[in-house]
Amino acid sequence: MEKFDVHTGRAVPLRSSNVDTDQIIPAVYLKRVSRTGFEDGLFAEWRKSDPDFVLNRPEYEGASVLVAGPDFGTGSSREHAVWALQDYGFRAVLSSRFADIFRGNSLKGGLLTVLLPQEVIDRLWAAVEADPATEVTVDLVAREVRAPGADVREPFELDDYTRWRLLEGLDDIALTLRHTDEIGAFETTREPWKPVTL
Amino acid sequence: MARTMAEKVWEEHVVRRADGEPDLLYIDLHLVHEVTSPQAFEGLRLAGRGVRRPDLTIATEDHNVPTMDLLAPIADPVSRKQVETLRKNCSDFGVRLHPMGDIDQGVVHVVGPQLGLTQPGMTVVCGDSHTSTHGAFGALAFGIGTSQVEHVLATQTLPMQPFRTMAVTVNGTLRPGVSAKDIILAVIAKIGTGGGQGYVIEYRGEAIEALSMEARMTVCNMSIEAGARAGMIAPDQTTFDYVQGRPHAPQGADFDAAVEHWKSLRTDEGAEFDAEVVLDADELSPFVTWGTNPGQGVPLDAEVPDPASYEDPSARASAEKALRYMDLAPGTPMREVRVDTVFLGSCTNGRIEDLRAAAEIVRGRRVADGVRMLVVPGSMRVKEQANEEGLGQVFLDAGAEWREAGCSMCLGMNPDQLKPGERSASTSNRNFEGRQGRGGRTHLVSPQVAAATAVRGTLSSPADLDPQ
Repeated sequence: MEKFDVHTGRAVPLRSSNVDTDQIIPAVYLKRVSRTGFEDGLFAEWRKSDPDFVLNRPEYEGASVLVAGPDFGTGSSREHAVWALQDYGFRAVLSSRFADIFRGNSLKGGLLTVLLPQEVIDRLWAAVEADPATEVTVDLVAREVRAPGADVREPFELDDYTRWRLLEGLDDIALTLRHTDEIGAFETTREPWKPVTL
Repeated sequence: MARTMAEKVWEEHVVRRADGEPDLLYIDLHLVHEVTSPQAFEGLRLAGRGVRRPDLTIATEDHNVPTMDLLAPIADPVSRKQVETLRKNCSDFGVRLHPMGDIDQGVVHVVGPQLGLTQPGMTVVCGDSHTSTHGAFGALAFGIGTSQVEHVLATQTLPMQPFRTMAVTVNGTLRPGVSAKDIILAVIAKIGTGGGQGYVIEYRGEAIEALSMEARMTVCNMSIEAGARAGMIAPDQTTFDYVQGRPHAPQGADFDAAVEHWKSLRTDEGAEFDAEVVLDADELSPFVTWGTNPGQGVPLDAEVPDPASYEDPSARASAEKALRYMDLAPGTPMREVRVDTVFLGSCTNGRIEDLRAAAEIVRGRRVADGVRMLVVPGSMRVKEQANEEGLGQVFLDAGAEWREAGCSMCLGMNPDQLKPGERSASTSNRNFEGRQGRGGRTHLVSPQVAAATAVRGTLSSPADLDPQ
C-alpha cells in the first residue's frame, strides 16, 4: 500500500448527496478479475450521459481531491469503488458523512477519506467552483485540511491506529499475522458444535 | 453490567484486545462469491499465503450467473472468466464451492441459512453488503470489502472498529397484506439512508417476534440500506426450530447445548442502546419507493411527494434529481404508476415464503398485457421446493417467467436487465440509478405488491385486485 502523509492537489466539487457505489462504479465493471484499470468505470454513467458532469469539465482535469456531498459511498460493499477512484487519480475524498463499508475499504487501501463539517465542504465547493486552480492540502501528519484559497484550515479526526497504518503504508494482514499464536489459542476455545463447511 | 446482544456476540469473538488498536475478531463463517473474491485470492497467491480455515469458508456462484440455459456456457466472456476464476481459486485453495447446476447453488445469503451454516451467536462475513441478512438468527453479520475478504481468508479474523447500538422496536401487529418488507422500507424512510450509520441495529418488539425466520431475514437484509453496519434479531423458538435438522445444525446433545447458549445471547434487561426508534406495526401499510435511494419511499396509498415540501436543501435537491430520473411528477398517486417489468427474487425476497405469498396472488390470474414478470428463486433448493409445491406451474400459468437461481435483476450483472427508460416493481433492495440496467427505473416493493402489480400493470396491493 502506498504511504499517505501530506497530499496537495486541485479538487473536484461533487455536489450530490447519497452517491452510492453503483454510481461510483456500475456493476458491469465489476466482472474483471484484475486489481487495476478501473478508472474507466468511475462514475461511468454520469460521465457518458451528462456532458456537464463535473469530471467531464476540462478545468478539473488532473484534480486529485474529491469534495463530495453527504452519505458518500452508500450501498454495495464493492471495493472496486475505491480502486476506481484511486486508478482515476484521486488520493483523498472529503465529505460530511461516509457510508461505513466504503470508509473502511478506503482506509484499508490508502484512499484517505476525511470527515469535515458540511459548512467547510460548502466553502470548499464555492472556492473550487470560483477558481478550479484552488489547491487543497490533506495533511495526515497534522490531521488537518488546508485550502488558503477557500480560507479553510480545519482539523479532522482519524484514530491513531489507522493514521499510523496509513503513514507507514502497512498491510493489515501482515500486522495480524504477527498474532497467529493468539488466533490459534482462540481456536482451541471455540464451541465444538459450531458448524464447519468441509 | 447489562449488555446488548450485539455486545455479547462481539465479546465472545475477541481474539486480541490492545490499547490503541481495533479489536481483532474471530470469524465463524466466511461466505464467498465470484465478484468480490478474485483479487483477494490473487493477493494470497502474490504473498504466498494460504486459506487458514477452508472449513469455515464456503463459496457459491450468484451475481453473474445466467438464470436460463444453464447447460450452455456463459455467453458474456467477462462473466464467464470471473466464474471460472472462482472455480480455479476454490480448487487451488481447497474451498467448498456450489457451482451453477448444483442443488445448493444460489444467492449466497439464501444458501448459508438454508444449509444450517448460519446459526445464532456467530460472526458471519461476506464480500457483500447484504450479509446483514444473517443477523436474523442473532448472528453478528456484516459485509466487507475485498481487502477484508483477503484478510479473513489469510487469518480467519478481522480488526474491527467499535460500533454503537440502536434498538428499532416495532410494536403491535401487522395487518393482513403488510409484510416484513414494508416494515423495513418504513424504517429506512423514517431514519434515512444514513440514519443507521455506525450502528448495529437490533430489531425487537412483538411485531418482530411474530415474524417467521424468512421474514426476519428480509428485515435484517436491508439494514445496510439504512446505513447500519449490521442488523440483528434475538434468537427464540422460531430460530431454533428453523435451524434444527438442517445439514450443518448441531445434533442431539450438541443441539441442546447450543440452544442453551443461544438463549443467553438475548439483550439483558436494562441494557442501554445508544439510540432508539419505535414504530407501530398497526399503522403500517404496503410501502413503495418513488425515488433513487431506498429511503425515498411512501405508503402505496400516497402520492409522489413534492420536492418543494422538503425543508432540507440537500434532501430537496436529491428528490428533484430522483424525480427527473424516475420520470415522475409530484402529486401522482403511486397506484397510477405503470410498470413494464416485475422482478420477484433476490436475497431480500427470493425465499420459499416469498414465492408462496406471490403465487397465492397470481394463482388463477394473468400477468397484465405488456408486463414481463420474472420469478427468480433465491437458490436451486428453493426452486425445487417451489416446484414440489406446484408454485412454479402457478407462475408459468399466469404468464410469468420461471427462472433458475441467482442475483439476476437485483443488480443486472447477468443478462437480466431493464432497458433504458423501463420501469420495474422489484422485490430487491436497491432502487439506485441504473442498478437494474442502464436507465432503468426501480420501485422497491414486497412480494405481495409485486404480484398484484404484475396482474394490474400499475403499482397495486392484493386488495386492489378483483375478487376471483
